[in-house]
Amino acid sequence: MEPSIYQSELNLEATELRLGLPGRTNNKRSSPEDRSTSISISISKSSSVDSSGPSNATDHDDDDDDHQNSVQPAKVQVVGWPPVRSFRRNSMQQQKQKDEHNNNNGDGSAMYVKVSMAGAPYLRKIDLNVYNSYSQLLNALQNLFKCTFGEYSEREGYNGSDYAPTYEDKDGDWMLVGDVPWDMFTCSCKRLRIVKGSEAKGLASL
Amino acid sequence: MECCNKRRMMKESPESNFMNRRGSSCFPDEVLERVIGMLKSRKDRSSVSLVCKEWYNAERWSRRNVFIGNCYSVSPEILTRRFPNIRSVTLKGKPRFSDFNLVPANWGADIHFWLVVFAKKYPFLEELRLKRMTVTDESLKFLARSFPNFKAISLQNCDGFSTDGLAAIAADCKNLTELDIQENVIDDKNDNWLTCFPESFTSLEVLNFSILHNDVNFDALEKLVTRCKSLKTLKLNKSITLEQLQRLLFRAPQLCELGTGSFSQELTTQQYSELESAFSNCKNLNTLSGLWVVTPQYLPVLYPACANLTFLNFSYAPLDSDDIAKLLVHCANIRRLWVVDTIEDKGLEAVGTHCPLLEELRVFPADPFAEGDARGVTDSGFIAVSQGCRNLHYVLYFCRHMTNAAVATVVQNCPDFTHFRLCIMNPGQPDYRTSEPMDEAFGAVVKTCSKLQRLAISGLLTDLTFEYIGKYAKNLETLSVAFAGSSDWGMQCVLEGCPKLRKLEIRDCPFGNAALLSGLEKYESMRSLWMSDCKVTMNGCRLLAKEMPRLNVEVIKEDGSDDSQAERVYVYRSVAGPRRDAPSFVLTL
Repeated sequence: MEPSIYQSELNLEATELRLGLPGRTNNKRSSPEDRSTSISISISKSSSVDSSGPSNATDHDDDDDDHQNSVQPAKVQVVGWPPVRSFRRNSMQQQKQKDEHNNNNGDGSAMYVKVSMAGAPYLRKIDLNVYNSYSQLLNALQNLFKCTFGEYSEREGYNGSDYAPTYEDKDGDWMLVGDVPWDMFTCSCKRLRIVKGSEAKGLASL
Repeated sequence: MECCNKRRMMKESPESNFMNRRGSSCFPDEVLERVIGMLKSRKDRSSVSLVCKEWYNAERWSRRNVFIGNCYSVSPEILTRRFPNIRSVTLKGKPRFSDFNLVPANWGADIHFWLVVFAKKYPFLEELRLKRMTVTDESLKFLARSFPNFKAISLQNCDGFSTDGLAAIAADCKNLTELDIQENVIDDKNDNWLTCFPESFTSLEVLNFSILHNDVNFDALEKLVTRCKSLKTLKLNKSITLEQLQRLLFRAPQLCELGTGSFSQELTTQQYSELESAFSNCKNLNTLSGLWVVTPQYLPVLYPACANLTFLNFSYAPLDSDDIAKLLVHCANIRRLWVVDTIEDKGLEAVGTHCPLLEELRVFPADPFAEGDARGVTDSGFIAVSQGCRNLHYVLYFCRHMTNAAVATVVQNCPDFTHFRLCIMNPGQPDYRTSEPMDEAFGAVVKTCSKLQRLAISGLLTDLTFEYIGKYAKNLETLSVAFAGSSDWGMQCVLEGCPKLRKLEIRDCPFGNAALLSGLEKYESMRSLWMSDCKVTMNGCRLLAKEMPRLNVEVIKEDGSDDSQAERVYVYRSVAGPRRDAPSFVLTL
């Protein structure tokens, strides 16, 4: 069979997946100049300082607007649309990720972990999701147990303090609080324990 | 005032001032200056300056603040030559679509060479308000050193600086009353910039650092708040906990505007009641914002403070309809409300029920890119608000679909809209009940709302929308268009029909050279025109540039794109001529 006959029998045009604005009835094949029926996707050149949050630019070769041969998803993210500023978008994205992350943990809204302290008559429970950073968590722990942790440094741990916060991670190891990024910590922390300074020194010097 | 003395020496002989020359005023210049000096409105001053030479001079000598809507429309040299006595400058830089990543980085709008000129000509500069400008740490340090009377700095949507720059301001601006950093791209180095305010510093009235994402030195903050007795506005960032908030409120019960930190923490009963009483002690609170990360069960601590609130900005707090309803019961005096669409239509019904004095509503999307059955607000919520809030004149509404009938009902209920910004998030979305274009919706808006100044349109729109706009929107000043129109005729209607049009921003529309060139006469009376991803070509732009030498016609070129197409066009009037600082990807034709 000759290629041209083969093509017309297959009626490729009818089955061709095309990128077009929803609701438009005009499906005529248009010239490369006519961009009105396609969503223009440009590669965003702006450098974003916010590293968090997804970029809403999609890499797309738009020299070939109206001759879509590859399968495209029904909705494509267009640069700068909807017109929501990056700061707001990133903020909302962070909140959404947090919610999803909580949901993945099963509990849905809270991440309660036990907190024990040597010498205390009973344990306490706190919700890790309530805090956004180590300093917030440590302030809360210091308040709850009426103790002080001192300054954290990567080399020395909690230096010059009576107590230090430690936690048990997913592997069952006891770690010093503060070494890993906050989000990683909240994912892996199973329980907390406040140890005496002398005990903590042992951990930090490893 | 040393400036006035200088001018008296240069004046003509006293007799000439009292002669009635060519019908000009008989007032001595000092009196004229004094009288004209009382004019606050920019429009009035502009009119006054056109009357005659004496009035022009009186106006320019007496003017203390200047607003420049496009930093490239004038040069600092021209500005300082005309207005020798400026104390306060407001400058806007990049085109608004730069907020949505349509303008590449390093495009320009750098404040530095302005500051260098100001340091020489306006050594007594007190206020600087910038929007969408590039501001480096060097510039901030230079500012802090160069202006001994400097009082207020406000940076909105700016980029290029870090907390080092803030530290310089804190350390060196002895008379600072306002430090307002909003939605900027800032490098937060977490380096205790707050500690740079000296112990003797007490003049702060406005402090807004809500966008910083790192912790601040709370100790320094608390001490600062304690000693600045005139502090009226305090907007905190996420790192501030509820407990810390309580301590700050205790120190500053005189606050009028508060932006909270994170509104979620484990509180003991004692702490909860302390926080509650801290809020009830704030008798002057009229604005509340922040609430990053909300634990809804703590919202009741706000209730005692709600009765006097006029502006509630919950646009970063995704509450549900029940939480917002319970809160709004207490907020009968609200004039401006910003919320997230998680409150859904039910939440908007609560708005309509409890906030009859509402004038401005902004509903932001929690999840702009959600697929499928995403929730949010719809036409029924919009109608509910309009039924309860008849004073509504400003709306920004993000939704997934809308109907023509709903919009018509809304504007019938609230005919006084001055700002109507409807964003149907799916491009080219028709009326979801009738499947027709949304032309009649915006037709209703422009026909009914004769005071309309600002309009943003969306959804499936044909040229008919633009015909309506050109025919009825006689007070329209700003128009934002995306994915709309059928042909050049649409844009022509607007350019020919809207006499007060100042800003026109268009993206992804089928408007080409004919449309662009139909506005030849018009652009000099406008601030600017932006067209991106339309059908304009380089030749069209060149023709425009040739015919209108007092316009700057700039094309932003991207690598690897078609050389004949002009993907991003920015046209604006300027007395400063073409840009001297344009980067390589900006072609001035």
